[in-house]
Amino acid sequence: MRRRDLLRLGGFSLVAAPLIVACGGSSATPTPATVSPVETPTAAPAAPTATAGTTPAATPVSTPAAATRGGTLTIYSGRSKSLIGPLLDRIGQELGLDVRVRYGDTAELATAILEEGDRSPADLFFGQDAGALGALAKEGRLAPLPGELLERVPEPYRSRQGLWVGISGRVRTVVYNTERVRPEEIPASIVDFAGNERWRDRLGWAPTNGSFQAFVTALRRLRGDDAARAWLEGIKALNARVFPNNASIVQATIAGEIEAGFVNHYYLMRERAQAGRPLPAENFFYRNGDPGGLVNVAGVGILASSRATDLALQFVDYLLSEAAQRYFSEQTFEYPLLEGVPAHPDLPPLAELNPPPLDLSDLDDLKGTLAMLQEVGLL
Amino acid sequence: MTVRPSAVPTIERVRRWRTGQLGITEWLALGVAALALAPIAYLVWRALEGGQQSLAALQHPRTATLVLRSVVLAAVVALSSVLLALPLAWLTERVAVPGRRLWATLLALPLAVPSYLMAYAVVALLGPRGALAGLVERLFGVERLPELYGFWGAWLTLTLVTYPYSYLPLRAAFARFDTALEDAARTLGTPSPFVFWRVTLPLLRPALMTGVLLSALYTLADFGAIAILRYPTLTFSIYNQYRLSFDRSAAAALALLLVGLSTLLVLAERYWRHRAVLYRATGVPRPAVRRPLDARSWPLLLLAGGVLVLGLGLPFGVAGYWLVRALAIGETLPPVWDALRNSLSVGVLAAVLTVALAFPVARAAARGRAAVARMLDIPLWIAYGLPGIVMALALVSLSVQALPWLYQTLPLLLLGYALRFLPEAAGTLRSVLSQQNPRWEEAARTLGRRPWRVWLEVQLPLAFPGVVSALVLVFLTTVKELPVTLLLSPIGFTTLATAVWGATTDAFWSHAAVPALVLLLVGVVPMGLLSWWQERRGRARGV
Repeated sequence: MRRRDLLRLGGFSLVAAPLIVACGGSSATPTPATVSPVETPTAAPAAPTATAGTTPAATPVSTPAAATRGGTLTIYSGRSKSLIGPLLDRIGQELGLDVRVRYGDTAELATAILEEGDRSPADLFFGQDAGALGALAKEGRLAPLPGELLERVPEPYRSRQGLWVGISGRVRTVVYNTERVRPEEIPASIVDFAGNERWRDRLGWAPTNGSFQAFVTALRRLRGDDAARAWLEGIKALNARVFPNNASIVQATIAGEIEAGFVNHYYLMRERAQAGRPLPAENFFYRNGDPGGLVNVAGVGILASSRATDLALQFVDYLLSEAAQRYFSEQTFEYPLLEGVPAHPDLPPLAELNPPPLDLSDLDDLKGTLAMLQEVGLL
Repeated sequence: MTVRPSAVPTIERVRRWRTGQLGITEWLALGVAALALAPIAYLVWRALEGGQQSLAALQHPRTATLVLRSVVLAAVVALSSVLLALPLAWLTERVAVPGRRLWATLLALPLAVPSYLMAYAVVALLGPRGALAGLVERLFGVERLPELYGFWGAWLTLTLVTYPYSYLPLRAAFARFDTALEDAARTLGTPSPFVFWRVTLPLLRPALMTGVLLSALYTLADFGAIAILRYPTLTFSIYNQYRLSFDRSAAAALALLLVGLSTLLVLAERYWRHRAVLYRATGVPRPAVRRPLDARSWPLLLLAGGVLVLGLGLPFGVAGYWLVRALAIGETLPPVWDALRNSLSVGVLAAVLTVALAFPVARAAARGRAAVARMLDIPLWIAYGLPGIVMALALVSLSVQALPWLYQTLPLLLLGYALRFLPEAAGTLRSVLSQQNPRWEEAARTLGRRPWRVWLEVQLPLAFPGVVSALVLVFLTTVKELPVTLLLSPIGFTTLATAVWGATTDAFWSHAAVPALVLLLVGVVPMGLLSWWQERRGRARGV
């Protein structure tokens, strides 16, 4: 019995075993000598100067690119590698920092930081939305930022307690396929999508996405938990397709696979720039103070547990410099938040958007939103 | 069946002969088994700690839906894999197809294709904006194909990547097959179709069950394909709940549910096998006479061609298309060297570590005392059904909370791979070790060799074929593995698998092209060389 038994345990391996035996894997497995460290060493700083201040958190950093020699900075980025990877790499090089980035969904990284507690390897958290930053602030995971950095950004786009600062602005929009949808068909409030049979099987959304979750938190604040839950259930009942992120929603809309989707404004613009031709899709901006037109920020906070606060401050300083802000304006088509850096000409000015009346610092109940999404069965 | 009881003492006899204290190997084996169970123990603790939360997650109406989806998908995929594999195995083993060995080799290769790549390939062909949709629209003006996303897409994809799990054991069974039994049935007047049902099929039963079990386990644990094809199963929900929840006990409870399903499957297969009557041939089995390719087998050749086009041609074609398109629009492609080097390194290191851990387990199971072997049996079976994602989640939490120095390090990733593939490696080694004659070791001992020299000079060389096969097996599966890699990789550590996954979830197809092609080659080339070599060795032996 036993022998038969053990012959079976291998299952496939047993069958594959004779296939694989004695070829020795010599041709099959080129064996590198060692595992090399992950990060490619960054270029040496161009002009090494004195290290920035030694007292963390409270020391404002005044000059951009106050480069230190070496040093490792660990960033948890809820923004995708394809969008901001090049920028983070460039800043690392210019500051002479060895930047290690863990990419993931915003909420995923926020919960990871909470679970890691004081031992978190993260120095800097780059969130896709103010909600996740607020949630970390609420749990006491973020260190206060110097006023000099905070003040570079208009007041609505930074934490009331000075624990996080917005880096770039984004607007929630409804992206729609212009061949299948007339703009006037889009409900006057995003809330009215729910239960509207016009949209059955035709909507796309990304419940795991941080910006979407922040929108749900906003909806909860503006209309109450019951209304928010009813909206989620209503959209779900319309058999809206679940996508992993905004980019794939926009692509599916362009392809006519779905007719409309709930996204941030800039993904369509990125697609346009890449395609280099007109695409059959358009953004619908809610400019009537509807929750659907939420203006949010992607922003950063420095971890209270970080042991590289000065490096993190340099990094934030760079993110709020003109060079980095131009990157957001020109490469990712977001709204730069630094005064004097113009937004992309194709975008409606930030001041004319008329977003719903909401303080971004109040979007900090990510925990409740995630619990609601789970209850509704979207996660 | 190749082991003749008279030539090798039975394991039972060896065990009776051994008495006294547990040996080092046995202690090591028990230690490794305990290590393999540690993640599950942790999940149990976490789920219990969650109390109300865990209970709520299990009782949520959606959980029942997810379980149902997982179970139905696993059952249907397993069934269709076997139904697809059976004629293919018969064709390449029993019919004198021109280029038979080439066909046989190629048909095994989709095993090396990761499910997430196959999923993208299927979408590219059959999806709403896929190649077929374009063709149909041009030819017939039909704008929409039947919906691919959901059950059917997941089913097709997983069938294409899992049929080799049935095909390989079935071919091996056909090769060992004693056709005298079929002939005997025919001379007794049984019509041919009945011979197939009454004689051939029952004899293939163990191989069929192996195929069903492996395909079903693969499907239950699969994460990439079902995510891409938007058919949320229990596994996918566990991943999301774990990532996106402030309270992870619910995810732990659901993970245990998944472990329960897998274990149930493994135990069921084992139970039915034990009850199966195993036919044994006495005397010399008669090798099969291959029938000529005739009107009856032609359609099967077409089927085999179709399977190859879909299972092998499609993923290469799609990755190649991404590449050509990216080059055409002059996009700069990120270099793939780091990812390749990382993949190969962890593949080799994981293979070595896994086999090193599996060796004492296999040795104790094959030669240790009966009680120890029995104790090893259960954890190995459970670990065998443990989905990679569950293992990875447990290791992340465990290391964050208890072993912070291991968190996000390469050793933890390697440990994850090792625990994940330990049962497979142990199974391979065990079958080789159990076929060794213990008298050789005894002879070496009586001739004055110390135990470690016996191990080095007798046991290891004898087990060498098994060791090598286990190494290569673990290497191949490690390189294409996704969930463990995603969750346990150190920060910034990119492998081919995570490079493809990252680029494709960001919908950056051009960036996925090169890593996808390299990943396919890293799997398919060794696999192809090895099965080709096996085919030729078969000819040399006259099988």
